[in-house]
Amino acid sequence: MRKTRFFGIPLLLPYLKRYRSEIVGMILFSAFGSVIDIAVPLFQRYALNRFVTQNDLGTMPAFIAIYFTAIVIAAGFNYVSCIWGMKVEVGMDRDLRNAAFSHLQTLSFSYFNQNSVGYIHSRVMSDTSRIGALVSWTLLDSVWQFGYIVGAVVVMFVMNARLALVVTSVLPIVVLLYALFEKKLVSVNREIREQNARITGDFNEGIMGARTIKSLVLEEKLSAGFAWETETMRRKSIAGARLRGMFAVTMSFASSLALALVLWKGGLIAKEQIGTFSMFMSYAQGLMEPIRWVVDAISDLITARVNIERLMKLMNTQSDVTDSAAVTERYGDCFEPRRQNWESIHGDIVFEDVSFRYPDGEENVLEHFNLDVPFGTNLAIVGETGAGKSTLANLICRFYEPTSGRLLIDGRDARERSQNWLRSSIACVLQTPHLFSGSIRENLLYGNEEATEEEIREALEMVSATELIRRLPQGLETDVGEGGDLLSTGEKQLISFARAILAKPRILILDEATASVDTVTEKKIQSAMERMIQGRTSIVIAHRLSTVRDADMILVVQDGKIVEQGKHDALMAKRGMYYRLYTRQYEDEATTAALR
Amino acid sequence: MKQNHYNLLKRFLQGSKALFLLSMTASGISALCDMISPQIVRVALDQALGGADASGLPVWVRNLALQFGGFDALGEKIWLFAMAIVLVALLKAAAQYIFRVANTAASERMVKTVRDSLFAHIVRLPFAWHMKHKTGDMIQRCTSDLETLKNFISEQMTGILRILILLGFSIGFMFSMNTRLAMIALTPVPIIIAYSLYFHRKISEAFLNCDENEGVLSTMAQENLAGVRVVRAFGRERSERDRFEAQNEYYTGLWMKLAKPLAAFWSTGDILSGTQILLTVCFGAVFCIRGEMTAGEYIAFLSYCALMIWPVRMLGRMISEMSKAGVSIDRIAYIMDAEEETDSGAHLTPELNGDIEFRDVSFSYESGQELLQNLSFTIRGGSTLGILGGTGSGKSTLVLLLSKFYTLSPDSGSIRIGGIDLTDIDTAWLRKNMSVVLQEPFLFSRSIRDNIAITSDDAEDEQIRTAARIAALEETVDAFPKGFDTFVGERGVTLSGGQKQRTAIARALIRNTPILVFDDSLSAVDTETDARIRAALRERFRNATVVLVSHRITSLKNADQILVLDSGRVAELGTHEELCKAGGLYQRICEIQEEAV
Repeated sequence: MRKTRFFGIPLLLPYLKRYRSEIVGMILFSAFGSVIDIAVPLFQRYALNRFVTQNDLGTMPAFIAIYFTAIVIAAGFNYVSCIWGMKVEVGMDRDLRNAAFSHLQTLSFSYFNQNSVGYIHSRVMSDTSRIGALVSWTLLDSVWQFGYIVGAVVVMFVMNARLALVVTSVLPIVVLLYALFEKKLVSVNREIREQNARITGDFNEGIMGARTIKSLVLEEKLSAGFAWETETMRRKSIAGARLRGMFAVTMSFASSLALALVLWKGGLIAKEQIGTFSMFMSYAQGLMEPIRWVVDAISDLITARVNIERLMKLMNTQSDVTDSAAVTERYGDCFEPRRQNWESIHGDIVFEDVSFRYPDGEENVLEHFNLDVPFGTNLAIVGETGAGKSTLANLICRFYEPTSGRLLIDGRDARERSQNWLRSSIACVLQTPHLFSGSIRENLLYGNEEATEEEIREALEMVSATELIRRLPQGLETDVGEGGDLLSTGEKQLISFARAILAKPRILILDEATASVDTVTEKKIQSAMERMIQGRTSIVIAHRLSTVRDADMILVVQDGKIVEQGKHDALMAKRGMYYRLYTRQYEDEATTAALR
Repeated sequence: MKQNHYNLLKRFLQGSKALFLLSMTASGISALCDMISPQIVRVALDQALGGADASGLPVWVRNLALQFGGFDALGEKIWLFAMAIVLVALLKAAAQYIFRVANTAASERMVKTVRDSLFAHIVRLPFAWHMKHKTGDMIQRCTSDLETLKNFISEQMTGILRILILLGFSIGFMFSMNTRLAMIALTPVPIIIAYSLYFHRKISEAFLNCDENEGVLSTMAQENLAGVRVVRAFGRERSERDRFEAQNEYYTGLWMKLAKPLAAFWSTGDILSGTQILLTVCFGAVFCIRGEMTAGEYIAFLSYCALMIWPVRMLGRMISEMSKAGVSIDRIAYIMDAEEETDSGAHLTPELNGDIEFRDVSFSYESGQELLQNLSFTIRGGSTLGILGGTGSGKSTLVLLLSKFYTLSPDSGSIRIGGIDLTDIDTAWLRKNMSVVLQEPFLFSRSIRDNIAITSDDAEDEQIRTAARIAALEETVDAFPKGFDTFVGERGVTLSGGQKQRTAIARALIRNTPILVFDDSLSAVDTETDARIRAALRERFRNATVVLVSHRITSLKNADQILVLDSGRVAELGTHEELCKAGGLYQRICEIQEEAV
């Protein structure tokens, strides 16, 4: 990404627009507030010059009244700007989170394969809140502080230009110092963060790898290695503290220097005008704190630039798989589908001269591939773990687009209709079933919100899950926990089957589970699958003999490529890859069965 | 916080107490410096410039003035006062710097102590403990809870202390100048502190609610991202978005509800501290006119008020946030309080090449059915035992017992190696002499080379290659662009199940132990490679006692003895030839697998 100007703030403009009036109000009121704060030393000057020096208390009641009014008004200003600041902060947070989340819904799988869930999650949750705080409080504070600095300097020059010049001469030194420290601080902070991540990683390893560590008697060695990492962390943190300490110290020294200058050059004024002298003293001391704030705000800006850039990079990422404008016009997008224009789908799939390479891959995994899968076909894909069996399924679901060639659905190029149109008629069952937190019912209705009670009952019956639901204390309303983790793997599998059935798909894509489940559940899953593939086009990534043997067509995949293709008998007769896979599978299944 | 947690905290603070003391002293000195500057200005104004009576000043100040020719002469040399301020400022800068560095050094020393003790403790906790606890929760305790503890020690404790010192000094100086004005100026202070404390106590529930709802929102995003395939496959983008936006709106609303009380709190604080200054300004003026106070003292009072405002307003928040630390300490203590793996036997360190003997071994976990029932068999030293058994047959338990991850209760049989009871053999010694390779091995996020040589830092390249060669891994790794330097795990290549197994085998072989246990660890390797590895093993490790758990008859059949486990009992025991004719489970599986080939 090219280097962004103004700390990336201009990138945020579209999101800031909505809060234009709040931001302007917040800034204005904040500025008013700072004006009154500037007046405080002036009040004190008056009190000293009038009351103390001239021995005249006549105006005291009026003085109290005005001073107190000023305090209350300032508080009122602060009240209002605080509320607006809050509004901007949480509003921006919300908008950015919504925008990021919505945008993520449109991105294709290549993005999710290249970025870990943790990474994307921090973009949506942490970056947004950093930015929200930046455009509200950091902005508010810097306006206030900056206003104070400017106001104080102006007042000082009006009162005594020579003395004002003396005090303000310290300011450039402070600014220079900031420039000096800023770069170093940023890089030190980054190093500390990276070291911190390393330590968390080590903790992870120490906990997850406990058995191995014990078996290999590595407790001492790893603890020593870990102690070395924490030592590095300690040293880096202290180096960071030294730098920050130097910075803070010079800043506060500058403030005392200004005070000393006032005393030195202004001491004589004190004889006649003690009030003015006191006022200068207040400003000299009061100026440095705002400067520190402004400097902090700038360093906030600098660090937040990373957050802004990362978030905007996400927002600017385009999906690899997009519908053309004409298609969107007719079929709608994923948020506003125009179902009224959707043709019903029959379920014929044709691969026509398809070549394909994964966006991050180095070679084509499909080369001029042709395959006709008419409606009702049971297609089985077999191959070793990691051989690339899911490629075809990914293409059929349009999670990826062919690099060249066409995928025809019901005889027409898939790209002529929207992704959602296609997916509304496809159901996918993944090897590791993923449920969402909420009740079982909510999960079942995931693919079809309009499903009736009767349909739910039928679907559960079909996948032999009726018994399971009956056993649960709250039946369909039972909460499944985050990711469905309150259910066992086998139970999750059955629920995800029922979910797929309820979506009434014309095309079913099924990745058979290899995870070990108990015998009873295993049998249920198997028979449920056999029933599910009836009456639709099905693509099964198969691990079980029964599924493979009865398939209308079998594709054998090795190293990402299709090496054999045909029916069971023909493939067995060839005594090739399929034969080997099949016999091994047979051996495994029979052995496992015998051992039970 | 319980008493033992207090002791734990004391232990964590070992080695950093002196540094903390230094940092607090420095903090006190810097607060004192803050308080001295107004006094210098006051003397300059009153005595040097104003010619006021100096009798109220401490003797050493008057003596010091005499050194420079008395206060009248000093009136002409006002720069000397400016110099004094600069000197105090320098002292303050030094103190501040020392405070910051010493404070960081102390807290980082403490954090390091906590981290190191946690890590060393965690890897020494018994296997059973690890089975019971979730990784995520443990990580949380080791990271964010520690962070809270660190903030408590390094920011809240020192912060509160600093504010108290500051308050103490200003009260002292104010009272030394004018008792009555001091009392007036300080009246609002307890009110401000009490008000801020009350507010933060009251609002903390609302904050907690916000945190919890942020958690809900965060989980929602997490689930959506983790389940992106399901979302897409069912075309649920819209409802996912709506759900997220609804929760987002709710969460945002919670914060918005807090906007008014928060804003009210801040502006009330503004009014209170403004009033404090107003009181000081007015009463001070009156006292000046009455001649009870000098102008210099008056200005000094105003300076002290200004210095106090922020620290006083922060105090309430700091105190109310301290309660969080207690919870975190409890959570960390939960780990530290867990009992480490114990080794209570005779700590013998015999040669472990003798017979391994299971005698009447029965075993069950804390509350469960018996996994092993009266298991008796002997593995001759240097021979190979094959084990065949289904899920739940007890083979994994057997391996766990052999490496002392669980211990047998005295009345449930015994395991002996070379005639010595396992409980009397030093645990570390036992594990150093036994290599266990699991079906799903755990590899460390290091290079393949470092993974293989993890137990022997001084392993030569040739040893690593030899181990890799026997494990049929050498060619595979050489085909990687970075060869043996290929990084395993998050930042590097994802190895296939078979590659992981073979790496783990190489890691075991390089240790050259007299006992080797392969717990179904060739399952993801194809039959030919399996055979190659076993042949290489036979040749190189002729003297090792080998336990080989497998489903493959081809893997098992060359074993000197084969044990068929069924529901924790010995179903069959004998050589391949014997069992093939025994008419039992082994024969059946043998026939199935031969038929397939």
